[in-house]
Amino acid sequence: MTRAQRLLVGAGGAVVLAALIVAPISLGRYGLYVLSQWTVMTIAAIGLNLTLGYAGQVSLAQGAFVGIGAYAAAILTSHGYPLALAIVVALALSFVVGWLLGYPALRVQHHYLAFVTLAFSTLAFLVFRNEEWLTGGIYGISGVPRPTLFGFSTNKPLPFYYVCLSGLAIVTLAFWGLVRSPWGRAFLALRENPLRAASLGVDTRRYTLMAFAIGSALGGFAGALYAPLTQFIDPTPFTLALSLNLLMMVIIGGSGFFFGPFVGAMIAVLLPEWLRFADRYYLIFYAVLVMLLLIYSPSGVLGILDRYLRSRNARAASAMRASAQAGLSDEAVR
Amino acid sequence: MSNLLDLVVSGLGTGAIYALAAIGFTLLWQTSQTINFAQGEFVMLPAFLMLAVMRAGAPFWLAILIGVALSAALLGLAFKRLLVDPMLRHGVLPLAIATMALSIALKESVKTFYSAEAQPFPSIAPSGSLSIFGASVSLQSLCVFAFGVVVVVALNLFLDRTSTGRQMQAAAQNPTVARIIGIPVERMVTLTFVINAVLVALASLLVTPIYLAKFSSGETLGVAAFVAAIVGGFNQVRGALVGGLLIGVVDNLAAAYVSTQYRAAVPLALLIVVILFRPQGLMGRAEERTV
Repeated sequence: MTRAQRLLVGAGGAVVLAALIVAPISLGRYGLYVLSQWTVMTIAAIGLNLTLGYAGQVSLAQGAFVGIGAYAAAILTSHGYPLALAIVVALALSFVVGWLLGYPALRVQHHYLAFVTLAFSTLAFLVFRNEEWLTGGIYGISGVPRPTLFGFSTNKPLPFYYVCLSGLAIVTLAFWGLVRSPWGRAFLALRENPLRAASLGVDTRRYTLMAFAIGSALGGFAGALYAPLTQFIDPTPFTLALSLNLLMMVIIGGSGFFFGPFVGAMIAVLLPEWLRFADRYYLIFYAVLVMLLLIYSPSGVLGILDRYLRSRNARAASAMRASAQAGLSDEAVR
Repeated sequence: MSNLLDLVVSGLGTGAIYALAAIGFTLLWQTSQTINFAQGEFVMLPAFLMLAVMRAGAPFWLAILIGVALSAALLGLAFKRLLVDPMLRHGVLPLAIATMALSIALKESVKTFYSAEAQPFPSIAPSGSLSIFGASVSLQSLCVFAFGVVVVVALNLFLDRTSTGRQMQAAAQNPTVARIIGIPVERMVTLTFVINAVLVALASLLVTPIYLAKFSSGETLGVAAFVAAIVGGFNQVRGALVGGLLIGVVDNLAAAYVSTQYRAAVPLALLIVVILFRPQGLMGRAEERTV
């Protein structure tokens, strides 16, 4: 990236952030709810993007981790513990379970791994549904409280949206740091060529488990925000469908791109809302649009942007080469 | 004891249906690395096609024929040409996600354009029960099982004994060499998609009288087909049959003897154990690792 491009990205980020802070003030209750949901799903998708996009491990269990985090938060906060503690517990719990789930990843790869995580996802759902003493079974847990921060109650939709947005901001910064650290590079090496990574001294075992655990922990974090957002938790949102949906967000946004999950979650959460004009056909429209997008660009929305930038850079470079050559031949003629 | 026999037989019945879907699933994987997340919806849809044809006034047998033909055209040819072909060279994952979107589209289309209610569906198998060694066994399950096994045996004979079948296997195992020795690989791949479409149509014909035609019924069927395919072995037709039957029986026994609540967990636990200790599946060969 050149200096000008970096400035451009920074300015763009500032504008988007300002818009995310200011624009919702005029939104109604439902709009704020949808936007808050976007932040929560983005956090979960960032976690999956680490596991899948950076470390190259296919997981179909991210929805289960959102569920684990959501139940942890719902149970703790409705017993009077603060949300901050619930978030820490949700993070730790999903981290540990994700670490354990990573062990099969060491034995099997690719689609087999996807199926192990798929099985885990369904097992987690069965536990949510059947362990009534803990999760309330199909009746769920209602009246999950929203926190009071520094004396401000966040019970209203707008303040709680800001809680979610701050959560997303923290995760974004931490993730930015992570992918630029030696760890981030090790994850990339793992995705590109595990054998070469191992021969260069990267402890592939540990990093595979880490990629799984950190990605899952972010899923748990998203869940811990989801519970007070909806204020009611039952097993239905945490079926395999959520895991598949999160995977779809990562892929259609652009797997392995830093901002992929933001765009992907926007498409998966906001696009169906914009398509509401199509009435009862809106989900069909949505599915067809996703298919068309993937046919057009299998590397997702940011893949289109990436291709465009790359071809422009290539054109610029070849133009420079051409003019340099022209200059040389001019001199030769002279 | 008598109860056990009945449970096993009805498990074999549903297992044979899972096997049909699982075999199609493995065929697509073998010839084109397509992981079809819409396989369950592929089983759900043909029943509605047949219902629609019957609604238009056709008799049942004609509706079956038209349904199978439509399924071959839509879920076989159109699926291959419109979705798989453009995405194939971009790797496994984007295509898998596209099939997820396809499953949403199919489900929602049936719900919107046909009905959200479960529809009854006529059975081709006789109802009633048969008594064997003093135990009563559902005749329908026996017929479904027999039908499923006949289809699989016929498919296996086709793959092993006919020239076209062997060309298909060659195209699946090593497309480059197959192309060099003059096998029309493209046509063979298309043929597997058509075979998959016919298999799911047959599965649909068998399963719908038991569970009714419902837009959402593909979800459980799809997962069962996955699990059957993996437990049996991802690269074997025989394996998918064994896997399907095993899952059907295990599922039924688990419902009776473990608990109805955790019934769905038992096949999945089996799946995890198989993947961890025998990733090539019960009947499969180990896939070579490419570095």
